[in-house]
Amino acid sequence: MLYILKTALELGLLYSLVPMALFLSFRVLNIADLTTDGCFVFGAAVSVQMAAIGQPILGIPLAMAAGALAGFITAFIHTKMKVPSILAGIITNTGLYTINLMVMGWSSNVSLLKKNTIYSMFKSLQFLGDWSGVVLTLLIVALVAFLLISFLGTRLGLSIRATGDNIDMVRASSINPTFTITVGLCLANAMTALSGAMVGQYQKTVDINGGTGIVVIGLACLIIGETATGRRSVKKGAIAAIVGSIIYRIIYAVCLYTKVIPVEFLKLLTAAIVAVAIAFPALRKMAAFQKKKMEHTSGRAFAQKGGDGKDA
Amino acid sequence: MEKMLDVNEISVTFNPGSPDAKQALNKLSVHLDDGDFVTIIGSNGAGKSTLFNAVAGSFFVDEGSIFLGGQDITFLEEHKRSRIIGRMFQDPLKGTAPSMTIEENLALAYLRSAEGTSPFSHISGRDKQLFREKLAMLNMGLEDRMKHQVGLLSGGQRQALTLLMATMVTPKLLLLDEHTAALDPATADKVLELTREIVGKNHITCMMITHNMKQALEIGNRTFLMADGKIVLDVKGEERKGLTVDDLLEKFKAGTGKALDNDRMLLS
Repeated sequence: MLYILKTALELGLLYSLVPMALFLSFRVLNIADLTTDGCFVFGAAVSVQMAAIGQPILGIPLAMAAGALAGFITAFIHTKMKVPSILAGIITNTGLYTINLMVMGWSSNVSLLKKNTIYSMFKSLQFLGDWSGVVLTLLIVALVAFLLISFLGTRLGLSIRATGDNIDMVRASSINPTFTITVGLCLANAMTALSGAMVGQYQKTVDINGGTGIVVIGLACLIIGETATGRRSVKKGAIAAIVGSIIYRIIYAVCLYTKVIPVEFLKLLTAAIVAVAIAFPALRKMAAFQKKKMEHTSGRAFAQKGGDGKDA
Repeated sequence: MEKMLDVNEISVTFNPGSPDAKQALNKLSVHLDDGDFVTIIGSNGAGKSTLFNAVAGSFFVDEGSIFLGGQDITFLEEHKRSRIIGRMFQDPLKGTAPSMTIEENLALAYLRSAEGTSPFSHISGRDKQLFREKLAMLNMGLEDRMKHQVGLLSGGQRQALTLLMATMVTPKLLLLDEHTAALDPATADKVLELTREIVGKNHITCMMITHNMKQALEIGNRTFLMADGKIVLDVKGEERKGLTVDDLLEKFKAGTGKALDNDRMLLS
């Protein structure tokens, strides 16, 4: 049982920067950034290839720079070429498939055998034993979360938040939305790529299809986390990403081991969670309307019997 | 003396070359002195808001030029112009970011002055003190709610906050597009009073669109009447002082050959 929890914790933390990136792009900037899938593999490919040539540490910032570049391209297509943001993300994502294959030396799968990774190096310091992987990931994730929260409180961060909140107001207060959207998407994709970079080195492998559906899983994690922490502030949003990611992996692990839900069904379930959660405000509105309609009808019936109909 | 705002024969046509083509502004010129407070009235579709959008840079004009404080801003981008132009709309929701706090909204407005400060700097204690003092001027108790989200405020409070934000850093020009029209009468009066106070105190050059004819004559020192993308009447000084709403309607008819037609126009 402890082993299951540990695995869930490990995977949850490793993947938690994806929901955190989506928190920035989807929640803060209000853009559904579909660059995510390809960007995750891009980060993993760069980091694994760097580890393969003996530069695992350098591979991490390089992977982030690669992710930021992918984000920049999406932002450029969206803001300058006026392509809708969803399509801009899909375009970059599609192009990245080829780029990723190229980075991986035109092979669909690269493995690191007996090569040093940031994890093996950290483990060789020999003071945390089995938990060193979890601790290192936690350190990185906590640092990123702290930097993100702090950044969103700066002048530039506030401008980015306002861009997603009220673009009319942003234009009237001397902020250039092209600039804020670009910075936001670069940062978000750098986080996604960092997640990919950690996963790649942790699992010592990268697969060209390793990012498929990760944007939906990330959204599910974010939404799960938000139900747990609330979504009123930036701090809560960033924490929700981490908490949600861990909860999701625990659910995943429980499914895997108990076979309550066959694992093959998990992506369908994930998709359903995301669809329902995002549709929730609309569903609630619909329910309220139905209730009002019923009250109206029963109220009228009450009025016909001689009441005033207001109490119904 | 140099004018504050010089709009020289600007024209704007929407959907040019299509059956829907509409010339919204037709070789329109405006020249404002420093400290002028102009009220603008006109029929539906006279080009009042288009004039504001053209001056603020929401789109570029087809011909003509715009100078503000001696600077040619004809092709300056909107977000750059908004450093020197404050703007308010009729919709109180347009001027503020709802899910951010009052303090954060004010900080955004204050960005305009923050030339030279690092984009990575946080809101300082001194900024907060300044925001608090400014908010206290509104007399709405907002200074004690700086950490509250703006989405929780009433329309009137949001509009008052927007006014504060638009004038936080004294703009060279303030554009008010029926900024009290969506508020209840008491709140509208209060926001209008605040507008007069702030504009007067900081000697801001200002243009205000209104559909209240009486207000148009009471406030400010000049009144424009617009029709068909042109300013058909520009009254100021002595001529304006004795003017009544009826005189204004008559002048409009004499100038355009049509009655003033605005479905929301208040005559009293």
